[in-house]
Parts: sequence; C-alpha cells; structure tokens
Amino acid sequence: MCNCANGNIDKLIPQLAVITDIRTDTPDVKTFRVVGVDGKINFDHKPGQCAMLTLPGIGEAMFSITSSPTNTEYKEFSIKRCGTLTDALHSVEVGQQIGIRGPYGKPFPVDTEFKGKNLLFIGGGIGIAPLRSVINYARDNRDDYGKIDVLYGSRSKEDLVDYEEMTNEWVKSRDFDLHLTIDREQEGWDGHVGFVPNYLKELKFDTNRIAIICGPPIMIKFCLAALIEMGFDKTQVYTTLELKMKCGIGKCGRCNIGSKYVCKDGPVFRCDELDEIPNEY
Amino acid sequence: MQKIKLENINELLQSMAQIGKVYAPIEKAGQVNYYEWNKDAKLRLDVLNTVKSAKDVFFPQTEDLASFKTEGKEISIQAEKPLDEDFAVFGVRACDVKSFDILDKVFIEENTDEFYKARREHGVVISHACNEPEETCFCTTFGIDASAPKGDIETYTVGDTLYWLPVTDKGKEYSAKLGNILEEADESQVNKQKETIKAIMDKLPLKDVTTQAFGAGKTMEYFDRPEWKELSEACIGCGTCTYVCPTCQCYDIRDYDTGKSIERFRCWDSCMYSDFTMMAHGNPRKTQTERFRQRFMHKLVYFPDNNNGEFSCVGCGRCVAKCPISMNIVKVMKALGGK
Repeated sequence: MCNCANGNIDKLIPQLAVITDIRTDTPDVKTFRVVGVDGKINFDHKPGQCAMLTLPGIGEAMFSITSSPTNTEYKEFSIKRCGTLTDALHSVEVGQQIGIRGPYGKPFPVDTEFKGKNLLFIGGGIGIAPLRSVINYARDNRDDYGKIDVLYGSRSKEDLVDYEEMTNEWVKSRDFDLHLTIDREQEGWDGHVGFVPNYLKELKFDTNRIAIICGPPIMIKFCLAALIEMGFDKTQVYTTLELKMKCGIGKCGRCNIGSKYVCKDGPVFRCDELDEIPNEY
Repeated sequence: MQKIKLENINELLQSMAQIGKVYAPIEKAGQVNYYEWNKDAKLRLDVLNTVKSAKDVFFPQTEDLASFKTEGKEISIQAEKPLDEDFAVFGVRACDVKSFDILDKVFIEENTDEFYKARREHGVVISHACNEPEETCFCTTFGIDASAPKGDIETYTVGDTLYWLPVTDKGKEYSAKLGNILEEADESQVNKQKETIKAIMDKLPLKDVTTQAFGAGKTMEYFDRPEWKELSEACIGCGTCTYVCPTCQCYDIRDYDTGKSIERFRCWDSCMYSDFTMMAHGNPRKTQTERFRQRFMHKLVYFPDNNNGEFSCVGCGRCVAKCPISMNIVKVMKALGGK
C-alpha cells in the first residue's frame, strides 16, 4: 500500500502499476502495456518522456514511453532484453505488478517547433520506441503537422519493432510514407536493404522538414552527418541521448554531461544544443 | 551572546539532548565523525575536520527510501516517511556550514528531495569557529570566514569558555528552550579571538589558491585540456575524495532483500568509479582520466554553470589530507588555472 495520503511523498518513491498485456515484437524486444492498479494511467506524459520501472529486488531503470499521450487508457514500453532488469522484465507474465514513477525529461517540442512542419523520423532498432510516441501523437493530431516520413531500419526483418502497426495502420495515414530497410539481404524480404544512413541519402529528402533521429549512437552520428550533407541545419534536427540514470530528477549525478543532466534537460536534444556539451555519450 | 565553561559542556549537551537528538563530532575507534551525542560520548570539539563531513547528518551515507513486499505477481510499496522531529548538529565548522547551502541548491531548489528537505527544516545548525585552521585549509578561496562561521547558532571557544550566539529565529527559539544553563556574556573575548584566527588564516600555505580561471561557461575551454591525463595518471579510483567531500552529492539507489522484505535504499556513490556510468550497452567514461575530469569539471565549471557561478567546493581540505596519491582540487586548479 502506498500511503500517498500523507502529503510529501518523495519523488523517488514508485507508484504501483500492473502489466496488462505483453506483446513479443522481435526475438529480444517485448512491448509491455501498463496501467495503475486502479485501472487508470499513473500519470500523463508528453512524447519523448520517460519513466522509471521497478521490479522489487531486481532494480529500477529508465525507459522511454512508447505509447502516445493521446492514448489515455494505458502506457506502453518497448523493452529490449539487454541487462539485469530487462532480462527479468522479459520473464514476467501478464498480471505482474511493477513500480512506476515519472514522467521524466524534456519531451519533443510537438506543440511548438514541430507544429505545422513536415516531419522526418529516422529510427534504428529499439530506437523506434520514443519515436513511436511522437508518430502516433502526430497521426492523432494529423491536421497539426505536414507530410510525415518514417525511415526505419534494423538488422533483419525479425528485428523490426512495431512492424504490424507500421504496415497495417501507419501507412493508411494521410500524407504518410514508410521507408523500411534491413541491414542484409534476407529471404522473404523484398524491401530495401542497407544501413539507415545510406538509405537516408538515397531517399534525397528536401530540407523543408524537421528530422528526428533515434537509434544506436553510431547510427545517430552518421545520420546527422548525412542530413548536414543534404543541407539540413542542426536546428532542424532532434535526437535523444541515453545514459545511466538512477534518480531521474538531476541529482544522482550519473547522466551528467557538461552542465546538462540527460534525465531532466534531455533526453531530447536539438542537435545544435549538443555542440555545447562534451561528446561524452 | 552567552557563555558556558567548557568543563560544564556536558550539562549543556544534556539540556540540548532533551530538546531533540544532538549530532556532534564524537570520537569512535580513533576516528571523529558526527554521531548522536549521549553522556558517554567522547566529544571532540577541538578536532578541525571530522573524517566524513557534516553532510552525513542531512544527506546520510545510506538511507531507506521504501520497502517492498511481493506475493506472487502482487507487490506492496511502503514509502519511508521524511523525518518529523527536531534535532541539532553541533560543532559544525564554517566550511561544512557553507556546504549545506550548496547541497540545498541540489536537493531543494528544483525537484525537491523530501527526505533532505525535512532534515534541513528540522535541523538546527550550531557552528563552531576554527581556532587553529590547518595547512590543508583553503576556505578563504570560497569567501568563507573560519573565524566567524554562519549557522543558526554560532559558537566560539576562547580559553576555557564556550561562547554561544543565536543568529537566526530558529537558533533563538532553540536557545530559549535551554533555560538558564548559559549565562550572559559580552563579545569582547570573541572579537579578540576572531582577529587571532584571521592572522593565522593570512599565513596559511593555500591562502592564495584562486578559482579565478574557472566558473560558468568554461566547459569547452577546459574539457579537452591535455593536463587531465597527467593529473589523473596516478588516480586509483578509490573514491575517498568523494566520500569525505562535504559537497559531493552523487548517489546510488539499490534494492536489498532482507528475507522479509525488499528494502530500497539510497547510498553515496562516486563519479570516480567505473561502475558509475556503466550501462548494458557500454560505458561512456571508459578510463580513469574521464572520471577524474568529471569530478573536477563538475565542481569548477558545471556546478557554477547551473548555480550563478557558485563553486561546488568549500575548501575544507579533507581531500587534500586524505587522497592516497596526494592529488586534489588545489593541484588541479593550479595546473589548469595557471597559478
């Protein structure tokens, strides 16, 4: 029982939530649907924000919220199995209760800088998780944004997260193009083959758009370079950083780079802002 | 101003302990740290620097945050309650008093930490002037006056007498509860003592250490300096500097299974450790040079960046005295700042 009635409960204390659905997306990514124990979402969020998830005794870690804020029934987290907590999360069943606290971080500027603009989303692997929140937010507020392009790649077709939603729902949206690619040729795949940054160059987008990149650091680096080469200004490009976090509120010190704390000043950064902090990510 | 003979100080502490817990520099197993006072405690008001700083009182080395119980798929969460009783911390030196202001900026100003805030609100800070500043002291670099420490109540030892001066409302309220254990005194002895202390401070070897070259907006100027490599070369990553530092505030959060419940606790951590930034996909700070740089850049540049130019160091000199390889912030400032 959380004794939330006594007023000043610290921000580090999680609320109780329950996993109501688990979807296996890829061999190492599962998407968890989470609601509060009262059946309502634990808190509101904005696209790009994150939350701390707890399994008692295993620990706590920060995950980006992959569902859109327009979905007020539940929150979703797409989680790749890659460490102690994520291993444990992958082994739980529907009905498992967890701890949750948040939302944390600066969201994508969906209601300001993104508004009225053409949007180009560039994702790699599990990097689609934060992008999906923005993409679905933009789809649900379709009139507020221009053309939407999603360029998404992974190692193989089995590793494409959210493939069903992308190919069944996203492509039906107005003014929406999906560009999928996988790293190597594969039987049963007749789509594009090649790395995301190369495909980005081949697609020859004009610069009349905002680009949002999320994926492995090396992919971000090459995509940013490609965009600059294509004539984009850094102020048109957004990305997210990921560092170890414990508190989520800019105190524990782990995600400190330069004078920024990724947990509260990020994880979303405009690429010109990255020039002001040391390259320690 | 009031006073009491030092030979009667236990009577004073006894009265204070009746108001609430009193933390003071107490010797245990040959080390002096802030512990709760009782009549058998060995008070060491004469010791300049406790091993761990007084931050331990407001931001303890370990503290429980919550307790979990699990049954099948179900969990219950019991949050720890922030402290709800008054206490006093007695004998705090000027540098450590200043460190509380710095910690306040971290823990109270934004995203308030309720556990820390409750302790600050309930705690009365009773400072103590430094009669004999040591050669490792450089509090003057940060504008701190060891002869006139701040706090809710200032105290001074002159000869065989402890002088007591309540300054804030909180300090005055606390003093009023002590009854007539303290007798009225004039300030002349204390003022004379202050002059003597200032004369000592003027002769300290580190008195000319300056932060002038550092401060806000200098990240790129110092980040890639070649000196970091040599400065950090002998660092063994023991983290002693961070544990004795009154302003270091990095922490870890962990779960411990007691068999009956799972306790989530917070404990001090160190940016000097390789584990500190280690993630499932790798470590952004791979070498000790990068970790060493982080600590000093944070104190001298990043913290000032976010706090109107204020540095995250109070010149207590603990790291100067305790580092096993004799590396410290003074050497870093001299090497990088050109003095």
